[in-house]
Amino acid sequence: MPSYSITHLRQLEAESIHIIREVVAEFENPVMMYSIGKDSSVMLRLAIKAFAPGALPFPLLHVDTSFKFPQMYEFRDRLEEDMGVRLIVHRNEEAFDEIGRDPSNWTCTLCSNLLKTQGLLQALRKYEFDAAFGGARRDEEKSRAKERIYSFRDQHMQWDPKGQRPELWNLYNSRHNRGESFRVFPLSNWTELDVWHYLYVEKIELVPLYFAEERPVIERDGILLWAGELVKPHKGEKVETRMVRFRTLGCQFCTGAVESTATTLEEVIEETMLARQSERQSRAVDRESGDGSMEDKKREGYF
Amino acid sequence: MAYRYFTTPKRKFIIADTPGHEQYTRNMATGASTASLAVVLIDAKNGVSTQSRRHAFITTLLGITHLVVAVNKMDLVDWSQEVFESIREEFTAFAAKLEARDVTFIPVSALTGDNVVQRSENMPWYQGSTLLNHLETVHVAGDRNLIDLRFPVQYVSRPNSEFRGYMGTVASGSIRPGDEVMVVPAGTRSKVKQVLGVDGEIDEAFPPLAATVVLADEIDVSRGDMLVHVRNVPHIDNTFEAMIVWMSEEPIKLNKNYLIKHCTRTLGGMVTDLHYQVDINTLHRLDASELKLNEIGRIVVTTNKPIAFDPYEKNRSTGAFIIIDRITHNTVGAGMILDREPGELLRTSGRWQAQPQSENVHRHRSRVTIEERRDRLGHRSATVWLTGLTGSGKTSIAYELERRLFDRGCMTSVIDGENARMTLSKDLDFSAADRTENIRRVAEVAAVLNDAGQITICSLLSPYEADRQHARATIGGDRFIEVYLSTPVQICRQRRPEIYDKAEKGEIPRFSGVTAPYEAPRSPELTLATQDLSITECAERILAYLQEKGCLDSNG
Repeated sequence: MPSYSITHLRQLEAESIHIIREVVAEFENPVMMYSIGKDSSVMLRLAIKAFAPGALPFPLLHVDTSFKFPQMYEFRDRLEEDMGVRLIVHRNEEAFDEIGRDPSNWTCTLCSNLLKTQGLLQALRKYEFDAAFGGARRDEEKSRAKERIYSFRDQHMQWDPKGQRPELWNLYNSRHNRGESFRVFPLSNWTELDVWHYLYVEKIELVPLYFAEERPVIERDGILLWAGELVKPHKGEKVETRMVRFRTLGCQFCTGAVESTATTLEEVIEETMLARQSERQSRAVDRESGDGSMEDKKREGYF
Repeated sequence: MAYRYFTTPKRKFIIADTPGHEQYTRNMATGASTASLAVVLIDAKNGVSTQSRRHAFITTLLGITHLVVAVNKMDLVDWSQEVFESIREEFTAFAAKLEARDVTFIPVSALTGDNVVQRSENMPWYQGSTLLNHLETVHVAGDRNLIDLRFPVQYVSRPNSEFRGYMGTVASGSIRPGDEVMVVPAGTRSKVKQVLGVDGEIDEAFPPLAATVVLADEIDVSRGDMLVHVRNVPHIDNTFEAMIVWMSEEPIKLNKNYLIKHCTRTLGGMVTDLHYQVDINTLHRLDASELKLNEIGRIVVTTNKPIAFDPYEKNRSTGAFIIIDRITHNTVGAGMILDREPGELLRTSGRWQAQPQSENVHRHRSRVTIEERRDRLGHRSATVWLTGLTGSGKTSIAYELERRLFDRGCMTSVIDGENARMTLSKDLDFSAADRTENIRRVAEVAAVLNDAGQITICSLLSPYEADRQHARATIGGDRFIEVYLSTPVQICRQRRPEIYDKAEKGEIPRFSGVTAPYEAPRSPELTLATQDLSITECAERILAYLQEKGCLDSNG
């Protein structure tokens, strides 16, 4: 008698693969958002599995701000060669022309609005993608708990929380008019811990920033920022060396580190199991405009 | 509706939090559609409320077999066993109407935590599990259907000329290399050459795994088709009955062109009938001419092409569908297919029941009586109705019988199925609905010929029992003689290999006995096993029967 039991990770994997295949079967021109982070790495692995032994039938899109960590760029640039995937990198050059490249001209809000949100919308329009996979999960943040797996965006790529379609069984409704599009979240039902477990069992390589190391940091507004290329100490601030890691990866001046001694995946998992704070709490961008900020960003087209 | 996540050392849980108010019916249905278990919260102080009933009804409608009734706020009723028992009793009586299979009652206090995670010291009279303990241990793996293989093809992978794989998620049953499979609805067959899981070749794929299936033959398989085992085939039809939860501000519209998404297939279809609405508070059936937002009803759906489905009760994956509006593209309905024989279904919705298109038509009577005709012809009128599979000998026996009756001086004629298909019914296809209409027309013609005094011989496959029953009623029970040619399909196949080959390859859609059902008559007047009898012998047996019944005499 064979055993028909499977772990919840394998169930999540199967569900995500079903979603990814469904999108490829029903949309004309899908793309996968790739942010170099751990969720993107999981999503990419699922997509590769979904179409093996064939090649990935869609490109990856990295919407770059140019302010990411150097380790992230290194990691990204090896991807095309190592995985045999097609990667599109898009930057909002108009915004740079207007504001300049000097990081001191930029705030987190400006970066998020112009480089991330507008940059993403530009890229989606330019390539006429009708479906974009994102690695967002429902457990990340309050406004995401209500998010659909297929999230409908109107012609202005806006999200209407009240106008989302009911989503029953695994029967996703992909119908749309030209110009309308979907964000699709295959990891909706994964938790942060599931992601870490999957990275572990699948032996997926990550940007080393996820693991604790002695790094120069500056404490600013309660957030530990990496004192590397872009973040320099203001008056009264000092650079300290602390054992830290990053729970999520973003731009250098809005991604906070957490103090940690977890240098391996196993140790990160252990810490995550004990952690009670949502991982996005170390992100300045979510805190800047108070409660409900994520919902506003989403309406404008942010992931 | 919000989703929340938590994990215990034993299980991972996803909670879909859905309020019980009427305006959230569609959210309840959405949440329930993917759930394995439902927790219905009842306020001990208020007892079983309308909202609790609604929750219970919708969750069972959506096929959740495990129901936990958490009687909450026990602290406000002094931890009273009496209160708990009376709620249990009232809810049990209600649940009996719902076919809820597994209902567990737990007295809790969310405020104090009694019986949520920790056993309550305030309610020593309660011996059962705590809520969390129950959630951690309830057996849900057995809810999967591991018997009936249903593999809806989601995507055809052709990375190079060597490889052609059918990708999909196993909806139910299991699939292994070597399995004999049929592609439905076409009916073509092949063998499984290889099964790939998401990490390479595997021995077996089962739900809910994603897999890629490689077949031994190069046959036509596309997205929307389904692989099944040859001896375990789903219903294949373009008409079915379903319960529907309506989810749109715009009410349901009969005979409007919608899109139906079922498994991996999206096709045109319409709601052709609305039997009734269910009052979700009382479960009473209401007459309804429309269904509005959040209303639930029983409908008949007709799709533009046949689909392969199972009743929702037996298979949540292949029994579920959504209705999409063609203009707004919204998901407007969620449907669950009911377990009813197509024949039974048509008894209420087919054209047997149709009314004349004008009220100004009246029935007129002949001035020649049946007795006068009988006296002139020397025999009574009758309809010999030959039913059986293709190759069972219907047509040959019909014409042999006609010859013999004529030679005896009888007025007789044959209405043959194929002839009718080329003339009287040439506008009809082979869907269940059109097969019914074909039978109805033939039966009406046979009745006229009988009224004229003839012995009519009808040789028609007529696969549905209900249709033959209707034919009997139309023609008259005293004149209708049902003759069942009970030849096994293997023998029929040997007699007509070319047509069965075509049917198995899918070149003839909806072929009775291969890709469409054949319902054997329940109580035929005569059964002839034509594998053991010659055509002449069969004709003689029918003649003997007619003789015995007095059909061939003019007196009596």
